[in-house]
Amino acid sequence: MKRTNSIMLIETKIRTDDHSIIPRACVRHSSNSESSHIVSLATTKKNLWADLIWKVETQKDVSAFEELFTHFAPRVKAFLMKSGADPQMAEECSQEVMATVWRKAHLFDPSRASASTWIFTIARNKKIDAIRKQNRPEPEQLFPEDDYEPDQEANIELQQETERLATALGELPEKQRVLVEKAYLGELSHSEIAEITGLPLGTIKSRIRLALEKLRHAMM
Amino acid sequence: MEEGFSLAIATHISMCDQCRAELESMDAMGGAIFENLEPNEIDIDSFKKTLELIDQGVEQKTVNLNNKELPEPLADYVGCDLADIDWRPIGMGVKQKILVNSEKVSARLLYIPAGTAVPEHSHKGRELTLVLKGAFKDEIDHFGPGDVEFADGHTHHTPVASDDEDCICLAVTDAPLKFNKIIHKIAQPFLKI
Repeated sequence: MKRTNSIMLIETKIRTDDHSIIPRACVRHSSNSESSHIVSLATTKKNLWADLIWKVETQKDVSAFEELFTHFAPRVKAFLMKSGADPQMAEECSQEVMATVWRKAHLFDPSRASASTWIFTIARNKKIDAIRKQNRPEPEQLFPEDDYEPDQEANIELQQETERLATALGELPEKQRVLVEKAYLGELSHSEIAEITGLPLGTIKSRIRLALEKLRHAMM
Repeated sequence: MEEGFSLAIATHISMCDQCRAELESMDAMGGAIFENLEPNEIDIDSFKKTLELIDQGVEQKTVNLNNKELPEPLADYVGCDLADIDWRPIGMGVKQKILVNSEKVSARLLYIPAGTAVPEHSHKGRELTLVLKGAFKDEIDHFGPGDVEFADGHTHHTPVASDDEDCICLAVTDAPLKFNKIIHKIAQPFLKI
């Protein structure tokens, strides 16, 4: 089955503490929109991350890995420090994350996730492992078909989509962006965010809802 | 989240395309936020050290099972094929295999022969039941492979395995099950239910 990641992206729901679900946004493709044009220029300027991971997997290509490292390692470290790790721990942990990228390159499926998303999930799991000592089972990995050949167009599209979402997030009003980040990166529930920020729960919910609405418009 | 529930959710996502898609879309949002982070300066020898880590290598843990009946996260806990499980009988033909038994949450596989009822019970806490094989129904609903039933302290029910096939489920509870007949109450401490 051919999967359309673009649809899933916009179907993102946030579960709130009272189990109500923020309405599911509608789905549009945006291949003709102006913003997608701008982003596609950005993508062609640099190497496609998925290609680099593929080179690491098939050719054990160290220079491809170095390119990935230069871009992603500082972000992994930033993510870990944002999550409360001290610089020393964040440094060591990001080296482990990047080593995992090398070792698990064969598990990366560019038709299911962009490189950023994949590396983010590795970093997040590493962070959770470090914080909690208990086991945390992960869903079964779906393996690409044996005769799998990279579908460049689809992979570019998926990478662009992550970039477009990143751009849209960056354009959100500061107050909304911070809350969305806390909800997704910190893995905090809305009531935990309320406790940390001191904002009323209702305010948090409406800001996140507004932010998701804005993102939906940006992605159309 | 406690290990037992985490196991049930990872197993369910392995069986359910819809939930996997939802998880992937949330991860995609995380990926976009991650891409936006202000990069942090890394140590000058960071890349070199990472290559050293790679050279050291790490043994990957893999479970080699003959047939893939169980989703991977669960297979890691069971450690053998379904046919080789050392089931413990808990009466009425029902058997169990305990996988996680922490103070707060326990997870077990239940084997319920076709047409057999699990003794009527209610819950002090939450119980999550994920069907792996076969099907069961209770007073309210019918559950097939991949389906999840969630019961809380208010649920009194008697799940019955469907007539045509033995039913195997993963059951996760955060408080001991409460059986409603005196004999089961006596047996309960010994069965670890």
